[in-house]
Amino acid sequence: MEIYWLLALPFAGGAVLALWGHRAGAPEVNAAFSLATLIGAAALTLRVIAHGPAMIGGHGWFFIDPFNVFLVALTAFVAFTTALFSRPYMRIEADHGRLGAGRLRLYHASYQIFVGTMLVALTTNNMGILWVAMEGATLATVLLVSLYRTPAALEAAWKYFILCGVGIALALFGTILLYFAAEKVLGDGGTALLWSHLNGVKAQLEPTVLQLAFIFLLVGYGTKVGLAPLHNWLPDAHAEGPTPISAVLSGLLLNVALYAVMRCKVLVDGALGTPLAGNLMMGFGLLSVLLAAFLIKRQTDVKRLFAYSSIEHMGLITFAFGMGGAVANFAALLHMTMHSLTKSAIFFAVGHATQAAGTQAMADIRGLVGSHPTIGWGLMLGTVAILGMPPFGVFASEFLIITTTMHAQPWATPLLLLALGVTFAGVFGKVQPMVFGEAGLPRLPHQPALVPVFIHLALVLTLGLFIPAYLADWYRQAATLLLGG
Amino acid sequence: MTAGILLQLAQTLLALLLAPLLVGWVNQCRAWMLGRSAPPLLQPYHTLRKLLHKDVVLAHDATSLFRFAPHIVFACMALAAGIVPTLANDLPFSPAADVIALVGLLALARVFLALAAMDVGTAFGSLGARREMLIAFLAEPALLMVFFTASLISQSTELPHIVERLAHQEFALYPSMAFAAVAFWMLSTAENARIPVDNPTTHLELTMIHEAMILEYSGRHLALIEWAVALKLFTYSALGIALFLPWGIAPRGDWAALPLALLVLVAKLMLGGAALALLETLSAKMRLFRAPEFLGTAFLLAVLGMLVHFLLEV
Amino acid sequence: MSLTYHLQVVNLLAALLLLIAFAMLSQRRIVALITLLAWQGVALAASTAIVAWSTGQHHLYGSAALTVLLKVIVIPWYFFRLVRRLEMDREVEPMINVPTTMLIGIALVIFAFNLALPIAQMAGTVTRSTLGIALASVLLAFLMMITRSKAMPQVIGFLAMENGLFFAATSATYGMPMVVELGVALDVLVALFVLGIFFFHIRETFDSLDLKHMEKLKER
Repeated sequence: MEIYWLLALPFAGGAVLALWGHRAGAPEVNAAFSLATLIGAAALTLRVIAHGPAMIGGHGWFFIDPFNVFLVALTAFVAFTTALFSRPYMRIEADHGRLGAGRLRLYHASYQIFVGTMLVALTTNNMGILWVAMEGATLATVLLVSLYRTPAALEAAWKYFILCGVGIALALFGTILLYFAAEKVLGDGGTALLWSHLNGVKAQLEPTVLQLAFIFLLVGYGTKVGLAPLHNWLPDAHAEGPTPISAVLSGLLLNVALYAVMRCKVLVDGALGTPLAGNLMMGFGLLSVLLAAFLIKRQTDVKRLFAYSSIEHMGLITFAFGMGGAVANFAALLHMTMHSLTKSAIFFAVGHATQAAGTQAMADIRGLVGSHPTIGWGLMLGTVAILGMPPFGVFASEFLIITTTMHAQPWATPLLLLALGVTFAGVFGKVQPMVFGEAGLPRLPHQPALVPVFIHLALVLTLGLFIPAYLADWYRQAATLLLGG
Repeated sequence: MTAGILLQLAQTLLALLLAPLLVGWVNQCRAWMLGRSAPPLLQPYHTLRKLLHKDVVLAHDATSLFRFAPHIVFACMALAAGIVPTLANDLPFSPAADVIALVGLLALARVFLALAAMDVGTAFGSLGARREMLIAFLAEPALLMVFFTASLISQSTELPHIVERLAHQEFALYPSMAFAAVAFWMLSTAENARIPVDNPTTHLELTMIHEAMILEYSGRHLALIEWAVALKLFTYSALGIALFLPWGIAPRGDWAALPLALLVLVAKLMLGGAALALLETLSAKMRLFRAPEFLGTAFLLAVLGMLVHFLLEV
Repeated sequence: MSLTYHLQVVNLLAALLLLIAFAMLSQRRIVALITLLAWQGVALAASTAIVAWSTGQHHLYGSAALTVLLKVIVIPWYFFRLVRRLEMDREVEPMINVPTTMLIGIALVIFAFNLALPIAQMAGTVTRSTLGIALASVLLAFLMMITRSKAMPQVIGFLAMENGLFFAATSATYGMPMVVELGVALDVLVALFVLGIFFFHIRETFDSLDLKHMEKLKER
């Protein structure tokens, strides 16, 4: 029952905010709906922990297992903290005259619908509906990316729309091929696309078809993950959209797209019995990591900088999933969590920093610690965390990924280490003068929302120091599921 | 055998006689569609008679090539029009109706016309010849491709076999022929100097192709060439009918089917002529440098037809 | 070659679909592109309906009706209106000249046919051989999107791609489950709505729908 609440709430929120999203209290309503969604997600999570995986709905429309419930909880949590952050952020934007009432309404309504589509994508059991929800998530955010209506924002949104549209069309072809293979085993009708059914018969699925299907699905959903060479939309969309949207795009949407890829990989691995899917993912992942690492050095815009860092981390996670094996999957899941929390925290801090400076150019943001100590320290700590410094959790997951690579794919280790080193030098060298250095930025008209930043960073720190037994157990269960066991 | 030869001669004669009528019909349809008063249907015959009675005026530099080229062109076209199955299939001369030979025959006529155009040495003549050759070198491979698509189905490059396979055996729809038909239509307009590649009625130096080549001709030479042009249109129509609408052509040795075959042929020619006139009225003449693109498209469509054949029909 | 006549008609319509995809590649005028898109929709709906009739898959009637409604009526009407309101009916040269594009197109078709061949042999549907054509039209639409610099032709290419995908679904599997098809249709509708808004924003900001203005965001 929780699941219906969980899915209905964001869409109801979207409807409510479509009507009243321009009123004074709209940001609070937005946050309230997000909180309610979070409570629903928590209830669902507790149920799965207590009773194990479950199929819900008429023919099993929804399917919940440790793998997706973990992402549901993460999504609902980050969506809530982002809603908290966007409260003062959007007020300041409105005060600066960058946004009118109509656009605020659009923003709030689209935000809720975006969260809703992501939750549908995560919980649905039907691979076709998964596709529909992914496309829905793109459409919900296109107008958010172009919210400021500047030439650059429109260009970014158009690129986002077309590139992701093409990508998702390829994924549809992959889904058709999947259905084509499934139909012969499961018979036609609605049940042949249900993941839980497919998972049961995956060994009987036609390998040649699934091989081709996976290539289309990987390229298609991979476009949304931001895997190179189809990553072009990502930095633009992150840089030109409002910062809360950058935070949820990086922290959530990329995860959901990768989740879709992983669901497919489990099926394909079962049908093929060869490491083809894993090899492809490792290839794309490694390419993304390297490309992002070397492009980071050239960035001048702070949001683009961290967008490239997202490409790098998603590449790393994809690589880890591609290696397969219980430990690698565990590490990848852990890294997914850490990256989501840390990257959204960074975008919160960056958002206020750019508002204070009035620009996104890193050269013009100086001495945050002097004028806005909390923002400055938030940004610094977040950067240190995302770069994989101990004792933060990112260090733990990256360490796990690297050590597994040494065992499983030793050839890739130097490449990964090189990329991580280059990224470290690039990012740290650019963020350091922004945080320390000559002060002189004006005050913000509203109290910045920095509680979410520190909650996220505290969580990342705690998880870096020790992972509670039940949480580790949960990750382990999810990792085993991904092995196709 | 003699009956067969007689029928063959009759078919050739019919082609010679019907060809100007077809041109007249197309002109009439076009005039109607443009809302002009139409010339009489028999106008091309009057023109031919008038030209045949006129004296020939030759340029000072004209060589004998210039004088015998019209005869060669006419002979080629008459032969081509005679051997394409129009009334009956599998006549004595039909082993000659091989599509590759046919393309060669048409090319022969074209080469002599182009040589004759350059013979006198006027600017327009060589300009027209050059343009004609440009179009020809693009159109010919495409035409061959169209024929190959058809012969892939019937496993033969001989027109009687193609007709036999398409018309007299089990009926089937061939998607590859849809591509070939579109390509063939495009090629026919180009080869017969119709809109959108050329305009048969214009004498504007910037755009004309075919008319530029025959500017220097007069009298019976011009009559022969005009008649050959009509025969060419007839040949292409007959080819189109044989490839894409072969139903109604009398099968081998079936004398009783001949009257019906004649009726069907006339009906198809009327429809085809009307369609040509309609499409000519609807489209605008394209600039010359677009012509290669147009013909390239035709070639690609023909190639696609072959590909589709291998995908869908094997 | 022992297919029944209606399946031959399906094959013919498949060929027509491919023909239209090529026509789109060579077309320079936006209005003509929209008309071609509508005709592609007609061919798609007709073939879906014939498949539905000949195989007794009744849910395919639904998707044929949906295709007619969306792709033949609503979308072309909406696009014609947009073209009129935004005054963008002019000849537009593609970024790569047409013959080159067509040659690449032929190469794509050969590639698609080869790719689809092993799968088509496995399919149990009577329409399996058209899978290659479906894949080819998807790739051709993709090519069209790459070679156009204007917003409208890109979107038309996107929709043509969707047509190819639908055709693939009918030819390989007699259509996706109805829920999914409805979902896809909903997405297309929402996408159009978003696009409509978007066009006006682009137009307001750039004073034109030429995406050449939109080349600021590049890696330097």
